[in-house]
Amino acid sequence: MKQPTIQIESLSTGYRGKNNVTIVAHDINATINGGELTCLLGPNGAGKSTLLRTLSAFLPPVEGSITIMGRDLKDYPDKELAKAIGVVLTEKTDLRNMSVEDLIGLGRSPYTGFWGTLHEDDRRVVAEAIEMVGIGPLKDRMIQTLSDGERQKVMIAKALAQETPVIFLDEPTAFLDFPSKVEIMQLLRDLTRTTGKTIFLSTHDLELALQIADTIWLMDKEKGVMIGTPQELASNGSLNDFFSQRGISFDIHDVEGSLCIIPRTK
Amino acid sequence: MKRSVVPNMLIITALIMVLFLLNVALGSVSIPTRAAWHILWGATDQDPIWANIILKSRVPQTLVAIVAGAGLAISGLHMQTVFRNPLAGPSVLGICSGASLGVAFVVLLSGSIGGMALSRMGFAGDMAMTVGAIAGALAVMALIVYVSQRVKGNVTLLIIGVMIGYVANAIIGVLKYFSVEEDIRAYVVWGLGSFSRVSGNQMSLFVTMMCILLPLSFLLVKTLNLLLLGDQYARNLGLNIKRARLLVISYSGILVAVVTAYCGPINFLGLAVPHLCRAVFRTSDHRILTPACVLMGALFALACSLIARMPGIEGALPVNSVTALVGAPVVITVLFRRRKEDTAE
Repeated sequence: MKQPTIQIESLSTGYRGKNNVTIVAHDINATINGGELTCLLGPNGAGKSTLLRTLSAFLPPVEGSITIMGRDLKDYPDKELAKAIGVVLTEKTDLRNMSVEDLIGLGRSPYTGFWGTLHEDDRRVVAEAIEMVGIGPLKDRMIQTLSDGERQKVMIAKALAQETPVIFLDEPTAFLDFPSKVEIMQLLRDLTRTTGKTIFLSTHDLELALQIADTIWLMDKEKGVMIGTPQELASNGSLNDFFSQRGISFDIHDVEGSLCIIPRTK
Repeated sequence: MKRSVVPNMLIITALIMVLFLLNVALGSVSIPTRAAWHILWGATDQDPIWANIILKSRVPQTLVAIVAGAGLAISGLHMQTVFRNPLAGPSVLGICSGASLGVAFVVLLSGSIGGMALSRMGFAGDMAMTVGAIAGALAVMALIVYVSQRVKGNVTLLIIGVMIGYVANAIIGVLKYFSVEEDIRAYVVWGLGSFSRVSGNQMSLFVTMMCILLPLSFLLVKTLNLLLLGDQYARNLGLNIKRARLLVISYSGILVAVVTAYCGPINFLGLAVPHLCRAVFRTSDHRILTPACVLMGALFALACSLIARMPGIEGALPVNSVTALVGAPVVITVLFRRRKEDTAE
């Protein structure tokens, strides 16, 4: 049932300067499955953003290869890539005076013609995206009048309108209050179920990720990337290792299949 | 919101027509509006002096104002979008300064080296200034495009553009220092900006060029809309950022070069009109903003040209003074009103 849509082989991420190469993460080997929500966790500076940028083809890999839907990432022409990967970024756009519906409509750009005019099909897809994310009442609002959470949903709808099998999100829950965080994460997991899309996101919301994600990637500067279901990572001690390095210990309890993290008091 | 687009465009078009007529009818020689109207429609039974003034001087000047205003507004819109900076405009990035540098070279050096003041050469002198301005502007533009393919950040690119402008101005200063007074005067007059400097064949050439260049702006509509989302989102949606920058900067650079060559460096208009359009049409969509800027730019230039030649004023005021004096309060008022409505929502 679970098909791997993304294969990563001996990937090193980093930045190429004129004379030197700065490597951020070494030798990552992994697959990401379709129909699953995968969360990338790690402390600041572990290289989460660099990995996401590399996977989104904003940054070329220093070494190794990324295969998406059976095709090497570097063999995708711009136009094809835009139909394979949708992204939602951390940074806020400074957009003003554009309606939510128009912005989501821009997600159709890879499919629209020269003028970017939306046809009936495009409008249908946009309406479906709005429906899926549940922002119908917002669709005529101007983007600058939205809250951070609403704006994040709009960008997710934009990625949905792009109709890509893969969606990457860089810290989609940052800047949000707790209920919105939960809402966004649940929305993303539901989307993997209803659409079969591959959704991969980075986040700092550990507890939420452990409870909602299908697969967790723990990323660390020294140890590299550890991958598993939340339960696997809890039972094989990876999670504990991950925390103990930072001088913090936690108790992880499995309460009816969902993980609870309780800081250990001395 | 969408429903108000067409009526607004129609209102602006109507105002353009009214101002066009006023521009033709009013001036230092008073011609009755009715006579002006008949002359416009080709009546031959009117006073030949009036007909001459209207057909040879006022109509060309008005046409020049329309296309120049539209061109500067479009170029300002493109610059503001590509640099994602509300203060960008044709005069930043040094493209205007490049044109000035070209003119300065031609005007100021001809006197010192050629031994003859260019200002006395008439038509040939005019041509030389135009060519100088276009060459200067395109040279700076080529430099900016070259840099834009190598530098990533928009702000860095903008700063480099501003720096190039400063260098150009510094060179102009040096050239002025070594020039004869008569040439400096010619240069300063060119620098004041004018819609009436262009005449006869040059006018037809200028208007034709602009009529070819302006519609091309519609080809960049989708690119510009994507650029609004920021570089990374635009790239993710399949836009080649480097090529997009190359196209947008070259296109608006050429527009500025041509307008500046014929009308002098006209400030303010290119910066202000896009803001005015965004406020009036309440959109960032370039499918609406492009025609809006063409119309609003034309309207703005017509209003300024009319004020510059108000009856009672001998000759004509420098366009550059009028654009800012009249335009700044208008733009500030519109933006303020918008702000209030936004907060009231």
